[in-house]
Order: sequence, then C-alpha cells, then structure tokens
Amino acid sequence: MPKVVFSEDRCKGCELCVAVCPRKIIFMASRMNSRGFRPATVTEMDKCTGCTLCARVCPDTVIEVYREAPARKEG
Amino acid sequence: MAERVLMKGNEAIAEAAIRGGCRYFFGYPITPQNEIPEYMSRRLPEVGGVFLQAESEVAAINMVYGASGAGGRVMTSSSSPGISLKQEGISYIAAAELPCVIVNMVRGGPGLGGIQPAQSDYFQATRGGGHGDYRLIVLGPAGVQEAANLMMGAFDLAEKYRNPVLLLGDGVLGQMMEPVVFPEYSGPAPVERDWVTDGAKGREPRIVNTLMLDPDDLYRHNLKLQAKYARIAENEVRYEEYMTEDAEWVFVAYGTTARICKSVVDQIRPEGHKVGVFRPISLWPFPKAPLKNLAGRVKGMLVVEMSMGQMVEDVKLAVECEAPVHFYGVAGGIVPSRADVRKNLLQAMQASKGGDEQ
Amino acid sequence: MSLVFSRPKSMREKVTTYCPGCTHGVAHRLVAEVLDELDLREKAIGIAPVGCAVFAYDVFYTDFQQAAHGRAPAVATGIKRVLPDRFVFTYQGDGDLAAIGTAEIIHAAARGENISVIFINNAIYGMTSGQMAPTTLIGQKTTTTPTGRDPSKAGYPLRITEMLALAPGSAYVARCSLHNVANIAKSKSAITKAFKMQIENCGFSIVELLSSCPVNWGMTPSAALKWIETDMIPAYPLGVLKDVTQEVSSGGDA
Repeated sequence: MPKVVFSEDRCKGCELCVAVCPRKIIFMASRMNSRGFRPATVTEMDKCTGCTLCARVCPDTVIEVYREAPARKEG
Repeated sequence: MAERVLMKGNEAIAEAAIRGGCRYFFGYPITPQNEIPEYMSRRLPEVGGVFLQAESEVAAINMVYGASGAGGRVMTSSSSPGISLKQEGISYIAAAELPCVIVNMVRGGPGLGGIQPAQSDYFQATRGGGHGDYRLIVLGPAGVQEAANLMMGAFDLAEKYRNPVLLLGDGVLGQMMEPVVFPEYSGPAPVERDWVTDGAKGREPRIVNTLMLDPDDLYRHNLKLQAKYARIAENEVRYEEYMTEDAEWVFVAYGTTARICKSVVDQIRPEGHKVGVFRPISLWPFPKAPLKNLAGRVKGMLVVEMSMGQMVEDVKLAVECEAPVHFYGVAGGIVPSRADVRKNLLQAMQASKGGDEQ
Repeated sequence: MSLVFSRPKSMREKVTTYCPGCTHGVAHRLVAEVLDELDLREKAIGIAPVGCAVFAYDVFYTDFQQAAHGRAPAVATGIKRVLPDRFVFTYQGDGDLAAIGTAEIIHAAARGENISVIFINNAIYGMTSGQMAPTTLIGQKTTTTPTGRDPSKAGYPLRITEMLALAPGSAYVARCSLHNVANIAKSKSAITKAFKMQIENCGFSIVELLSSCPVNWGMTPSAALKWIETDMIPAYPLGVLKDVTQEVSSGGDA
C-alpha cells in the first residue's frame, strides 16, 4: 500500500501539497512543529496512491513517497 | 643564462607575470596599459594559458575572483578609472582571501582625467579603495627591471598570504623602454591550496564566500584578516635608501618620481648639499620604522609626488614629528622636472632655516 | 515497497531559509535531481548570486562560490576557463541577471561560454523586500512602484531571455514555469537538456523559471502559483527559444 512520510519539522505550512493532492487527503495538522508552523499531514493513508504530486510541489523536500516496486522505470 | 632585452615597461610586466607563473589574464583596454592585455593575448596561449578580453573592468575583476577561487594563477591590469570600477570585486577578493595580482598604471584624475602619468591613486591603493577593513599588498617599482622583478614574485606573494597584490605603476613606467634581464624562476613556492573550488570529489564541498551575516562571525573574520596584515607588515616591508647615511635632508618619493629625486641628489651633492632619497618600494606595508629612524637623523624631508599630496600623509604619520615634512606635488599628468624638484628642495631648506633662526 | 521520491544527494539536509511556498525550494531540488542523475555532483561548482538564493551554497552539496550582484556569469567564466572539464552553473534572480548583471549575462552568451544558467524570474526583488524588478509587470504594485508600474516612468518589463536567444553563442535557451506539477516536470526536462549541452560543450545554456514570491506579492503560496499562470505567462511565454541541436536536425524552428 503506497504511503507518504512527512518530515514534519521541515514543513513551513505553505499548503501547496494540500491543493495538489488528487485524493484530497492532505490537511494541515492542528499541532505546531518546532518552527511554529502547522505541518501538512495525512491520516487516510489507505487512500494514498503514491502519485508523488505532493512531494514534487513541496519546496522543502518534506515528503518521501513509498510505492510498490514498479515494473517500469519511473521518471 | 638570461639575456638582456630592451622592453617597454608594460610588456616587461606582462612577460614577468608569465614567468612568475601567471596563466590567466582577464582585462579591458584602457590607456596607458593596453600593451599588457595585448602582450598577454599573444603570449599566454603560447604557454597554455588563457587570455580573455572581458566586457568591462567590472566583469574582468569578477572573472579574476572566479578563476582564483578555481585555483588559477590569475591577474588583471587597468588604469585609474578602471581600477575604480574594480573596487567592489577587489573587496570581495580580499574578503574571500583569494590570491591574485592587479596592475594599475596610474593616470591623471579625478574623473576621466588625462592619459599622462600620475601618482594620485596612492590613497585608493593603500586605503582599501573598496569598502570594508582590508589591505592590499602594494608595490611601487621605479623602473622596468624592478617592475619585472616584483611581478615575477607577485604571484607567490599573493598565494603566500592569500591576498591581492597590487603593482602601482604609472604611464612613464608603462611606456618607457629599458633593458631587462628576467631572473630565473624556481617555480611556485609550495602552499597548501585548500581554498580551491574545483569540484567536491572525495572531499567535503568548499565555499568561496564573502557573506557573513552573523556579527560575531564577521568580527572574527576581520580579526583574522588583521592578524594576517600584521604578519605581512612584519615580513614584507621593502624600501631603498640612496645616499642617506650622512644626509641632512632627504627626499621621500616612490616610482618614477624617486628617480627624478635621485637625479637631483646627484646634481646637488657636488654643490655641498647633503641630500639623499628614501624610496618606499612597498607602499603597503609602508616602511614606517626605517623612515622614522631616518627622520631622527635629518633636518627635514621633502615628499615629492605626482599628486596633490597622498603619500605625504603616511610620511607624516610615520615620522611622528621627528623631522619637519614638506611637500611638493604636481597633478594633471605633469611629470615634475629636475629643476622644479631642486627648486622646491632649496625652498624647503630655506624655509626651515628661517624657522630655526626664530 | 520502495522509496520512489526523496531528497536528492546533491541537496543538503538543512531546511532552507526561503519563505513558505517559495518556489526557490522547488527549483533547487530540480537542479539537485539533475546533478544526481547526470552524476555531476563531484564535478560541479555553483555560483550563488546576491538575492534570496545567495544561501544556495548552504543548500547544494557541491563546491560553490558566492558572487557579487550581477557578476555570476563573469565569475563562472573565470572558473570555467581554469577548469574546462568541470560543471559550472549559476543560479540567478531577476535583479541579478536582468538589471545589474545585464552586461555579464549577454557577454557570457555572446562568447558562447560553456556554462549553464538557472534564471529565477519572480517579477520582483525578494531579498530586499519587494522592489520593482526589470521583469515586474505593467500595473504590478511593488514597494518602488506603489501605485503600479507605469511604463512612462518606470519603463517596460524586459524579456531578456529572448535577447539571449539571439546571441550566436547561445546553445539552449528555454523558459519554463514552476506553477504546477506538470510544468515543474517540463522545467526539469529543460534543466536536464541545458546541463547536457554543457557536458557536450555546445555553448551557453539558460533556463528561465517563472517563479513565485508569495510574501512580496502579498498572496498565499497557492494564489501566487495561480498568478504565475494567469499574469506572468502571457507576459513571458513559455517554450524553447533556441536549441542548437534541434536546428541542426529540423532546420530552424524551435
């Protein structure tokens, strides 16, 4: 099952990932990280397809994406 | 076995640079130093070096910064207005502690001024010129042979201290032809070149940087630079004394002007005047101690410059009132005649005597 | 399951000093990804300009030189002439490249200097808090055009990349955008193309990236990306303006 891992302390709360997620599963947590930002997070991980759109739009390399080993090479 | 050749000052400086290990030149045309880039454009490719005429003096000094950071033995040359353009880049090079050589063939200023010789960039050369607390090693040769000798050692000197070295000449030096013998060059002095950014293969990345936003960091950096300048001041003072052993009056002059003063000494001694010349060769570090020493033995000093009075301030600071310091200067690109220098010396001597009698 | 997306090796772990939502972060990552993919990290020397991205030397895990404002192409020239087999790239903002550094960028292109330039165009001066840039749009409010840029007083926006495409020494000149994932992918392709041009000694390469400055535009990061699409792209059309490899094969049209 694909998943995304957020390094929460890198997040600056810009919300670009929230807008870009096709499954609308990213939201800003109510807690604060060590920088004083509300980090982006996902709870409904079962809906994640590992599309990587969130990771690609993130300016701070907050997100790592895991997916089944693909048959073909990803670009 | 070195041969003696007749060379124009500018060309001798260029040839000496190459023999001293220079392999990269970036510059821009400006009178009266154009023979330097022109000579470099012919000669550097012959030794596997790179010559590039930049789009401006500003671009050239930034190319020097990059090339020096990349490990190249690099120089630029220009004249007064062009050196003004380079000041930000020079401040950067000094801040990043990069070695390089800069040649200034001084012309009359301020502004576009004239193309005739001058010594009116002494302040610019020795008082920073650019922003911030930094120093250049400034050398003032008085003839083509000396210019060649100083240039040949300049790149090693720059690398030894990781500091820019500035050769302060003038149009007379640049244009005149004199015999030169290029001494043997034994190769670059071994220096650990740990500043070079040539690709982080097998090591941590290096950064050539001048930005230090943290005040404590920047202060520490300045202290480090000052400590370096203190070492330079201790080890790199150069000067020449001509007939000062029994002198009652001395000229203090550098470069072309010093030669004129020596000529006056030769002329005036047979008339019974005991006169000599104190000639700084390193303008920074200024030879303060030997000058003060001399001041204690003489009745007066006459500083002669092709300017409205720049080195004279350093002379006054150095002698700390041990002897009266007089000044004779000309500007506009005028080279003082022997007759005028002599006249001013006699006037100063006369004025001094008048003072003594009171 | 395997890791299919993570921070490239050519990028340090340190969190950047850029504002939330600033696309510098994306641009830096793309450059780092391409450095990784083309195995350039140990050969690369980057030049960081004055501007927000002066701290690029803290982000990239490569040798770096910090340059005076506008002078990065000259510094790059100095480095490349000493080390022709290393990979030399500059990363410049719109003030750096199109205002104070206009002479240096044009002449680097004219000389066909074998360097690669990443040009971040966000139509404003970021680092100094929001003054007009040469690329500021007509009517755009900045701290030095408080009533909106009036061309009769403050001149017109400059399409400098089009000018660089005219230089014979330019090998690859492209303008891309970072406003959405599809365009981010196209930007990465352009950067890859540009970097390959340098490896192949084709000449000068530059990729302009339309970027956002949420703080100084006074917009949220998402709204800022939208503004690139609605307002900047009409003023700065996307596309490949010059590609010498295409010209050879197709006879001229990029």
